Amino acid sequence: MSESLIINLSVLILFLPLFGFTTVIFLGKKFPKLYLFEVAILTSALLLSIFVLYAKLTFFNVKDIIAEFTWISMNNLPFGDVININLGVKIDNVAAIMLFVVNLISALVHIYSIEYMRGDRYYTRYFAYLGLFTFSMLGIVITHNLLMMYIFWELVGLSSYLLIGFWFHKKSAADAGKKAFIVNRIGDIGMFIGILILFTNYKTFTFDVIFEQIAAGNLPFGSEAWLTAAGILVFMGAVGKSAQFPLHVWLPDAMEGPTPVSALIHAATMVAAGVFLVTRIFVMLTADAMLVIAVIGAFTSLLSATIALTQNDIKKVLAYSTVSQLGYMIMSLGVGAYVFAFFHLVTHAFFKACLFLGSGSVIHAMHHEQDIQKMGGLKKKMPITYWTFLISTLAISGIPLTSGFLSKDGILAGTLAFGKLTGHWLIPITGFTVAALTAFYMFRLVILTFHGEPKDHHKFEHAHETPWVMTAPLVILSVLSIFIFYTPNPISPDAGWFMKNWVKTPTQVVPDNTRYHHMVESTEEAKAEIHGEIVHSVEYTETMHWAHYPAMLMSLIVAGFGILIALIFYTWKKVNADKLADKLKLLYKGSLNKWYIDELYDKTAISGTLNFSSILAWFDQKIIDGAVNGSAWLTRVVSKFSGWFDTFAVDGLVNFTAFFSGFVGFSFKKLQTGKVQTYIVFVIFSVIILLLLFKPF
Amino acid sequence: MVGFPILSLITFLPVLGMIAILFFPKEQVKPVKYLSLVITAIQVVLAIVLLSNYNYSAAGVYDEKSFQFIEKFRWINITGLSWLGNVKIDYFMGVDGLSTPMVLLTAIISFIATLSSWTINKSVKGYFALFLLLDAGMMGVFVALDFFLFYIFWELMLLPMYFLIGIWGGPRKEYAAIKFFIYTLLGSVFILLSMIGLYFSTTETLADGSKVYTFNMLAMMNPANSTQDGILSILNPNNLRFAAYIALFAGFAIKIPMFPFHTWLPDAHVEAPTPISVILAGVLLKMGTYGILRINYPMFPEITRQLMWWIALFGMINIIYGALVALAQKDFKKLIAYSSVSHMGYVLLGMASLSTSGINGAIFQMFNHGTITAMLFLIVGVIYDRAHTRGLNDFGGLAAQMPVYTGFVTVAFFAAIGLPGMSGFISEALVFVGSFGVELTRILAMVSTLGILLGAAYMLWTLQRIFFGPLNEKWSSLTDLDKREYAMLVPLALIIIFLGVYPSAMLDIMNTSVNSLVNFVSGNIDSLTISGL
Repeated sequence: MSESLIINLSVLILFLPLFGFTTVIFLGKKFPKLYLFEVAILTSALLLSIFVLYAKLTFFNVKDIIAEFTWISMNNLPFGDVININLGVKIDNVAAIMLFVVNLISALVHIYSIEYMRGDRYYTRYFAYLGLFTFSMLGIVITHNLLMMYIFWELVGLSSYLLIGFWFHKKSAADAGKKAFIVNRIGDIGMFIGILILFTNYKTFTFDVIFEQIAAGNLPFGSEAWLTAAGILVFMGAVGKSAQFPLHVWLPDAMEGPTPVSALIHAATMVAAGVFLVTRIFVMLTADAMLVIAVIGAFTSLLSATIALTQNDIKKVLAYSTVSQLGYMIMSLGVGAYVFAFFHLVTHAFFKACLFLGSGSVIHAMHHEQDIQKMGGLKKKMPITYWTFLISTLAISGIPLTSGFLSKDGILAGTLAFGKLTGHWLIPITGFTVAALTAFYMFRLVILTFHGEPKDHHKFEHAHETPWVMTAPLVILSVLSIFIFYTPNPISPDAGWFMKNWVKTPTQVVPDNTRYHHMVESTEEAKAEIHGEIVHSVEYTETMHWAHYPAMLMSLIVAGFGILIALIFYTWKKVNADKLADKLKLLYKGSLNKWYIDELYDKTAISGTLNFSSILAWFDQKIIDGAVNGSAWLTRVVSKFSGWFDTFAVDGLVNFTAFFSGFVGFSFKKLQTGKVQTYIVFVIFSVIILLLLFKPF
Repeated sequence: MVGFPILSLITFLPVLGMIAILFFPKEQVKPVKYLSLVITAIQVVLAIVLLSNYNYSAAGVYDEKSFQFIEKFRWINITGLSWLGNVKIDYFMGVDGLSTPMVLLTAIISFIATLSSWTINKSVKGYFALFLLLDAGMMGVFVALDFFLFYIFWELMLLPMYFLIGIWGGPRKEYAAIKFFIYTLLGSVFILLSMIGLYFSTTETLADGSKVYTFNMLAMMNPANSTQDGILSILNPNNLRFAAYIALFAGFAIKIPMFPFHTWLPDAHVEAPTPISVILAGVLLKMGTYGILRINYPMFPEITRQLMWWIALFGMINIIYGALVALAQKDFKKLIAYSSVSHMGYVLLGMASLSTSGINGAIFQMFNHGTITAMLFLIVGVIYDRAHTRGLNDFGGLAAQMPVYTGFVTVAFFAAIGLPGMSGFISEALVFVGSFGVELTRILAMVSTLGILLGAAYMLWTLQRIFFGPLNEKWSSLTDLDKREYAMLVPLALIIIFLGVYPSAMLDIMNTSVNSLVNFVSGNIDSLTISGL
């Protein structure tokens, strides 16, 4: 087993979906069966990625495999050095696991879509787009540098745009695609500036080289503030892509895309790319940056959980729950619980993909009905969908024996420890509140959809379990939501292979005084080893240990509480939800209308920009072009005036001279009679006048 | 290739074609079109030949010896003209890393524009004769190394452009043509004045040891050639050099077009026929930035260093102002015209940084904007030919009706947005790397990143208004692209994607020269000791 094999295979896995995309997009019209080719390509990519994962974890468990080449090379005057822009691949355990997760979900979604999208006008094109997306996503996963991250980041944005707006004839879909791309771009600008800061200082985009420089005490522009700023700015990319507040507004709208797309892109993989990015830059985050990240993550998870409570569109509930869970992961990274964040990313990918595909199955069966108030009783009609949906719901609610329990509990323990160590108690409090809300709204969803009496009998009568190409992915994903794949001990992940062997919290490279106190290593030896596993302070280890059982107990209590409330409301109907909503009208309306954040943006940023641009256009036309036309007009006026002057003044003078001499001549010609007598009289009179005038005598 | 006058050939071939066309009978429309196509195709071949013999490590810029494909001989030689003295003007051509990308661009865009001219039906003979003359003028500007020759070509391209807009244009063609002509002519006057000033400040030494004034651009860059009392001599301590710099800059800025001199552009574009818009945006605008890099920068390095921040500021204004105004447009073509204003701002921003990456990015952006905007204008032409309207709100849902066309539009739009994988991304990224890397322009670069966002906003909004939503039944008979339109769009799309994936193909051409330019302008070279001049 050689390293180059793993690299080559990873690159092959990366380019296979691109090959699929180009083939299908160009030949798909002629050969409509080519979608099968795309599915086959993804299946082989999945098999290869399983092999890579196995090989990486077995033979190179602690070693990062890196390969790179120089893409652009140029001198860098006036600084007198050389810029080498390298592209490269870094396969560490995180990348290998992500490679598998992305390929698995992508392959399952491909298979699922064969049935779900059947009969669509652009059936083959859909599969081509899926290939493009998978390519872009894999690029993010295996890159070893920020530039390539940004490149694939944008490409993911493109494929997301294409797939959200796949049913482009619907205005709402086209709107949603546009919104997703533009909102993401806001985050990307921050990320881009962050990358520029790092590149300007280190002349490289490569993660490891940047980290080594920082570890060596070489800070951006020589200041810790810039280091913090760089971290927060790059994190802005994640705010966009992982739909964190205040850029979360695009994700719920993205549900306009086909449901399998929502499962793949807007639940399991692309939106997790933001979390993945933060794991990649985790080691260069200062305590200040991490606190910002933790607060944004916590606030996002709470905000979207409160919105999810009242939504009636099955996909919207799931979308807000996705935002909430992503907030969880971000929060987890912010408090330093790196491993649990990544663990939750993986477990969430499976159960959330399962939930979305399950909702797709329901929507498919209900003839594109998405309103859960019109569903109910589907349990009997669609047993496989129901059971898989239920398992995933248990997982997301954090019920023992599921994967979600393990990862969520870890995050909560992390926040609890963080609260104890730093005094930021609001973060664990938010975490537990969100856990309760999550359990409530997820069970509300399950009860309203699958339990009780059907509300729309016509649609219910026609509902039926979906065919195996759709249910098989559900089964696979729900099975992966069971604890056994991650750890043999259903209540503690610590002993499991995932946490014990595969993923470790890396050592931070930022100066000690800019870290959380508890993230400073306890020993000097630990410090010497860059990229090694972090060795936390004794205090942290003890606190984590302390937090473990209380966190577990409390998370169980709050989850149970949430489920109980859901049962009271919707199964036993002890409390009428509508009446309660009436009583809490303000809160209910706020939640239902997503706290009016979209409206706020509409009224401020969007119409502000549009109005400003109209004003500028007016300014451009009237003032600037007006000045141009005005000067042309002025020139014409001046030339007219000078023309007039020329005609009347200059030429007039000439003409007047001529006229005057003519007039004088005319007047005097009367005197020229030609008679000598007259002349003699003139002469005599003249002589007399002269004599009188000069008086010579 | 020594001795083969490839630059003269590539420049004057269209003139030969024009003369040939004049002999064609009036009703022979097809041969005229095919002849033009062949001529421009040969130009492309010549450009490829040039590139394949290009020496990537020769710098050029200020050093005559490292220019390539030089052609130089005495062109005008008048002796003893009273106070003027001897007038000796050279026919002097050559290329380096600054001009080679532009030569390639001109050849490619001219060829594509000829294909796009196929739909011209009004006085075909006159059209193509003028078109070829325009082609020659553009090419000449990029290869001339003698200021006098440069100026002749600069003016040469003005005249056909005036007629091409004024005769074959849209409803307000006269207004647009005259506006274009007078505005550009105004710029030319500034350039002319400075040129004459430079002429009387620069001498070159003849074989017999006597000194004569010269229009040689490279000689003008070398302070050693300055006369003691020359009006624009670096040795003459007056402020006129600054004024001359501003005059030249203004002359070129009108062409770019730089805010606030840009308002001729939307009018010219809206009225010009599609192929002329393609030429205008694809090549003509680059003459402005090329002129600044070729003339302002090396001839006035000390003033350039002084004004870096201001150039960057105008770059930033172009980027953001252009994008915001584009956002408010309701006419497809006008929107693309304003997007040009925005995208040319990146060129200014990049070159203001006076760093290798920034100027590399700027020149690369010139090339990329040429190909991408050419594609955008062709796209506007395609829909205008069919629907005879360009109102953004008149369409809707065309994606269902014209899927292949929509595919090309998507490629072009995302290239304009700066999507990675396409050439525009690399050049914009390099511009930012360069301008962010220099402390002086850092803040301006940061503000300019807003252009990335606004670009996405107006482009995607346009995409949506024309192509998405329910199909407007009025357009249910529109046909998708035909073969000729494929032939125009496919090469451009391929170039855009190729250079996005493998940018070194273009960057390597310019790298050596740009380094040399940066060194020269930033004063790293003791310019008084340049040899050879």
